Amino acid sequence: MIKVIKPGLQTTVQDKGRIGLYEIGMPPSGAMDKYSFAAANLLVGNHPNAAVLEITYLGPELLFEKGMRISLTGANMPPKINGEPVPMWETLEVKPGDILSFDFVKSGARVYLAVEGGIDVPVIMNSRSTYTLIGIGGYNGRALAAGDVLHTADMKEKDVPVGSRIDEAYIPVFGKAHEIRVVVGLCSYRLTEESKQTFLQTEWTVTPEANRIGYRHRGERLQFVEREQPFGAGSNPSNVTDLGYPIGSIQVPDGVEPIVLLHDAVTGGGYATIATVISSDLNRMGQIKTNEKVRFAAVSLAEALQARRETEEKLMRIAASL
Amino acid sequence: MSDKKAILSPLPGVFYRKPSPEKPDYVQEGDTVKAGDVVGLIEVMKNFYEVKAEEDGVIDQFCVENESIVDVGQEIVSLK
Repeated sequence: MIKVIKPGLQTTVQDKGRIGLYEIGMPPSGAMDKYSFAAANLLVGNHPNAAVLEITYLGPELLFEKGMRISLTGANMPPKINGEPVPMWETLEVKPGDILSFDFVKSGARVYLAVEGGIDVPVIMNSRSTYTLIGIGGYNGRALAAGDVLHTADMKEKDVPVGSRIDEAYIPVFGKAHEIRVVVGLCSYRLTEESKQTFLQTEWTVTPEANRIGYRHRGERLQFVEREQPFGAGSNPSNVTDLGYPIGSIQVPDGVEPIVLLHDAVTGGGYATIATVISSDLNRMGQIKTNEKVRFAAVSLAEALQARRETEEKLMRIAASL
Repeated sequence: MSDKKAILSPLPGVFYRKPSPEKPDYVQEGDTVKAGDVVGLIEVMKNFYEVKAEEDGVIDQFCVENESIVDVGQEIVSLK
């Protein structure tokens, strides 16, 4: 059992997500940085879809009432066990009575804490992920609160020795300025040629409205091509007739503040989506903090798929090394 | 006790000196605070996080304006 002494700002149970319900309007939720999530589970020998804790911005304080192996990956938020610093990206061991706490986050935004066997919460719609907006999944559909008690599941597949470490080359480094690759489209035809350039040339600043639902960016105003709006599209030129929103798609309501839609976002609607963040860079997107800078770089679909393969290969190499 | 102590922001977000627009500020410069007293709020991701004094002291000055955007580790209040 793990007792929550302090919950942090927003600590939720997440796995790979509720896959397969997007077409009925149910977003998948799941870990924002799936690379760090996968690495955390590998370090404790868990099934790849075991549930972990996703810790955002501010670490919790947790009391372990039984001994177990744990791992911490993702943002650099220096962890401590009983007040003594411990490494991240390594298989650690806690004893009964140990308390895990964290210093202020140094870089990145989200830490993944995996425990041997995974976090045991009910499976709802194929997943243990929390969707706080409507209160389903995870621990009672919400972020952790002081006094909550977590149990561990039996999703351990392999014994990984304490002290096993992920090779430095596979540990991502998060700065304060980020280049995020996008595939331009589906509705980029609605932007003026000049605004398409502006979108890719602007250094955007992430606003405080940046969470699991979406990230809002401040920078330049974008202009849409003038037209007589078709039936059902609404009057604003940033509107189109409804379409599905891919995860990572970027909409610009009224031409101001592009929003990258993420894992807890609505699945469709009537805003023109001008570009889509490639899947492997969604991991990095989940590690960007409010106030940090983002530039969007256009790549082809073939380059996006290649980047996805490279990310998968990295994880396979990590798995082979443990 | 002449050495100054700082209250740092643990989060990035918008800093507020009062609990809601029509309420007075939590604390003023010159006020005495005890460990655990709330000195402001940080809003991020539609969450409000209470910034508390970690030790007893007297508010020397606020280092950031009300409703300004702050970073992790930025000094919000100095105590004396």
